[in-house]
Amino acid sequence: MLNIKELLDKVKASPYREIVVRAPHTGVVSFAAVKPGEKVHGPRGEFLEKPGTLLAHLTREKNEKPIPAPEKGVIEAVHTQHEGQFVEAGEPLVTIKHYLTRKEVIELILQEALYLFRAPERAKYYFVPEVDQKLKVSGKRSVKVQDGMEFLIVSRMKRETPLAYSGPEGIIYSVYFGRGDNVDEGEPLIGVCPEDQLTVIQDVVARIQSEWEEEA
Amino acid sequence: MDRERRIQGLRDRLAYIRDIFADRDDESIRLLAAKFGELLERHQAKPGGVKREELARIADLFDFSERKLDTTLTPMDRVRIVRHPQRICLKDILENVYDNYTEIGGRGEYNIDPSMLIARAVFSRRVGDKVTNQMVMVIGQEKGHGEAFRNGGSVKPWGNAKALHYMKVAETENIPVHTFVFTPGAYPVEDWPGAAQQIARNLYDMAGLRVPVVAVFSEGGSGGAEAIGLADRRIMLSHGYYSVISPEGAAAIEAGLRSGERATPELIEKCARQLCITAGDNLQNGYVDRVLQEPPLGARPSHYDFFRELRRELIQTTNEVVSSVKSMKLYRAMAVRTSKTDDAESIYMRWTLSQSALDRLVEQRQRKFRSMSRHARLDGTGVVTRAVAATKGTIWAAHSFLRYDLLGRQKKRLNAMFEDLGAEAHLVRHKVLMPLKKTLDKILPGNGTAQPKVGEAVKERLTRLSCPEDGACLVGSEWAWTSPRSQEDRTISCPNVRTHHCPDLWVPDLFGDFAGVCPSCGHHFPMEYRWYLQNVFDYSESKEFNQQLESINPLGYEKFDTKLDKAKERTGLKSACITFETSIEEVDAVVAVLCAPFRGGSVGAAEGEKFIRAAERATRKRQPFIAYVHGTAGIRIQEGVNGVIQMPRCTIAVRRYIDAGGLYLVLYDTNSYAGPVASFLGCSPYQFAVQSSNIGFAGPGVISETTGIAVPPNYHKAYHALSRGHIHGIWDRREVKKNLHQSLLTMGGRNLYYR
Repeated sequence: MLNIKELLDKVKASPYREIVVRAPHTGVVSFAAVKPGEKVHGPRGEFLEKPGTLLAHLTREKNEKPIPAPEKGVIEAVHTQHEGQFVEAGEPLVTIKHYLTRKEVIELILQEALYLFRAPERAKYYFVPEVDQKLKVSGKRSVKVQDGMEFLIVSRMKRETPLAYSGPEGIIYSVYFGRGDNVDEGEPLIGVCPEDQLTVIQDVVARIQSEWEEEA
Repeated sequence: MDRERRIQGLRDRLAYIRDIFADRDDESIRLLAAKFGELLERHQAKPGGVKREELARIADLFDFSERKLDTTLTPMDRVRIVRHPQRICLKDILENVYDNYTEIGGRGEYNIDPSMLIARAVFSRRVGDKVTNQMVMVIGQEKGHGEAFRNGGSVKPWGNAKALHYMKVAETENIPVHTFVFTPGAYPVEDWPGAAQQIARNLYDMAGLRVPVVAVFSEGGSGGAEAIGLADRRIMLSHGYYSVISPEGAAAIEAGLRSGERATPELIEKCARQLCITAGDNLQNGYVDRVLQEPPLGARPSHYDFFRELRRELIQTTNEVVSSVKSMKLYRAMAVRTSKTDDAESIYMRWTLSQSALDRLVEQRQRKFRSMSRHARLDGTGVVTRAVAATKGTIWAAHSFLRYDLLGRQKKRLNAMFEDLGAEAHLVRHKVLMPLKKTLDKILPGNGTAQPKVGEAVKERLTRLSCPEDGACLVGSEWAWTSPRSQEDRTISCPNVRTHHCPDLWVPDLFGDFAGVCPSCGHHFPMEYRWYLQNVFDYSESKEFNQQLESINPLGYEKFDTKLDKAKERTGLKSACITFETSIEEVDAVVAVLCAPFRGGSVGAAEGEKFIRAAERATRKRQPFIAYVHGTAGIRIQEGVNGVIQMPRCTIAVRRYIDAGGLYLVLYDTNSYAGPVASFLGCSPYQFAVQSSNIGFAGPGVISETTGIAVPPNYHKAYHALSRGHIHGIWDRREVKKNLHQSLLTMGGRNLYYR
């Protein structure tokens, strides 16, 4: 039995993730004008074609390469002692505090609380007709799965084989794949929640939805 | 009720005047507004309505003011006139000019592209005491009066394809085509059949369309206008504009604006003035044949007199076109030419033409376009050189006729005969001798077992590790020319590093040995055009011609002279086009290169002329014609319509060359966009691209500016162009020469000398 309250407290205690931007390879570092406390943004644009805020340049063999911020956040620390120095690959350069968004927190808790049934191979997945029908009519959380139940169809190169569920008995809480999408091996397909915990999880999600304050 | 309507009409007129003159503070406008306001106020007070005389008086005042304001119109005002929703549109013309019409190819919203309207229309005319119907195919962009689904007359590629389809229908039915250009520009969708490629196809087919074509220009924006504008006669409405780019676009380029910013109205005004886009300018430059005077401040749907004028003009112009090629030129032809009065209707002429007349028509159209834009370039060739070139040209033509047509054809026939005979003989010999050989083999023992002797030399060659004298161990670079960038001692990262994890490249390796190709992912770094000149086309051995043709500043565009001079100084070229004769693996060919360092490889009058002359030379010499596009940003906007007109001109030249049986090959490199791709490059049946190049109608910036849709970063990549069917192959830079040679041997035309 998972202690969701404890988990939530843990997230609340540190509502952010620290991202350490490291030197991707050796080279001489020159930092861009970023200071601790400044806000940075990650890649933007409809196709993420605009790179994030420039953090530093790394020069190797007269080849100057920009290091942009990977995600939105606030600069926690800039390791200015490396300015103009030659660094090895993996040397931390900048630390960014990325405040978790509402969606990320929910995702984090769900990943901990649910049992994730993962894809055994790269293929397209479909629910079997009965399950599909039920999901469509009565929504998620209406389908109960138990060990050995055939509930998915694996479709690959027009070969379709049934897939049986293995894991604890429970209710399908979330579906992680779309119709017709290829799912990589090991990616989660569905999240299953034990029936007795359903209300608890729903409570937590509702609370996060209403209470969690997102950093602008 | 009638008065209400009249007052509403006046209100519309006032709003129209205000829209046209934007925010200009003019005394006449203020006076009009004041008088009209006064009238309305009184009207409000007296519910009985205003008096008839009062209305007449204020209508007169409106007429007077409009005439007065008409004399003060600036080019930008004219642009606002043609864009106004009250401006006449094609539907109005169909209703009021023709006697009857049937829309074909879709109607209203139920249309593959509602911005292109096609109709079979009829002029009903009385000849003697009999009524005859003269059919025409009407093709034109439809803006509609503010109908959103018309997309403002911006035609999508499939709309242009539809237009072309019905031009061919008209050709089959042998009826004239009337085209109406009402477009601010084509819509830049990169999808089959392709914005640029379809316009190119339209131009190519119109260059040889065997029916009379009359075009009427109201709003002619660059490529969209050209798609249906290649005509025997071009009439322009006096308040229209015909331009290479919208004034806003020109201003954005001039000011070097980033996306999202807006140019100042003053700069836009200035650009509109400098681009010489009005009817008067175009008539003076010879790009339209006649200007049709519109009512003051532009024609609106209520100007019925104007429609009558347009009808007369259309009939007369079509008559003129037809009579100019008719074999029986009677008194009517003269009457048509001299008729300036309203009696165009009284002269009747059959608009169907005989086959020989159609030949003459096409020839005349092609000649007409060939002689355009002479003033917009500088020909520095001396008189003697020119005379020598002309004589040489005649000699070549005569020589190739003698050698390849007169003698060559006989030789070919003879060869074919011998080939057939040889094959026949081989078969016969085989049939007769094989049984004999078999019996001999059976009788004589040990005959078949003799081992072939292995020579010492062969053994040596097979067992040796390397043969330095054979060139297996290369010393230094294999390229005849390497980029000066290879002298730099530094590394460079491949742009595909995120997806392909390419290691960093040492610049001397990359630009020296690898020819600018990433060995790990195959990304092609941009390469100087000189690399291709030397390594592919053997420029040092080749013969360059028309070197003295020089780009100038025909419109007197501000500061463009200095920019041109700078480009000439930096590149040592006189224009963006280099034309020369060379031989690729023993096959002689004519090559035209558009090089990007000279003003982005943009095409103006000089470049167009060089291209045409190269195509003509290739025709005369029976040689293949290769266009290598190192990069082109499009048509040079600073030359205005002088640049745009190169689209039909060069396409006609290419068409003439291909019709004469030549092989026209296009090879794109780096970035090729806009006008040239939408005309003389895009019409080639053999188009190839060097890997990692971009091909498209409008660049990503222009697309997001005009359509408001952001395009994916790889939208214009060569592989996408290939999958959309716009080009026909992608080549590696290091294999360009080999592939070119292969193509020369396997593709194209019947009239090549080496066939």
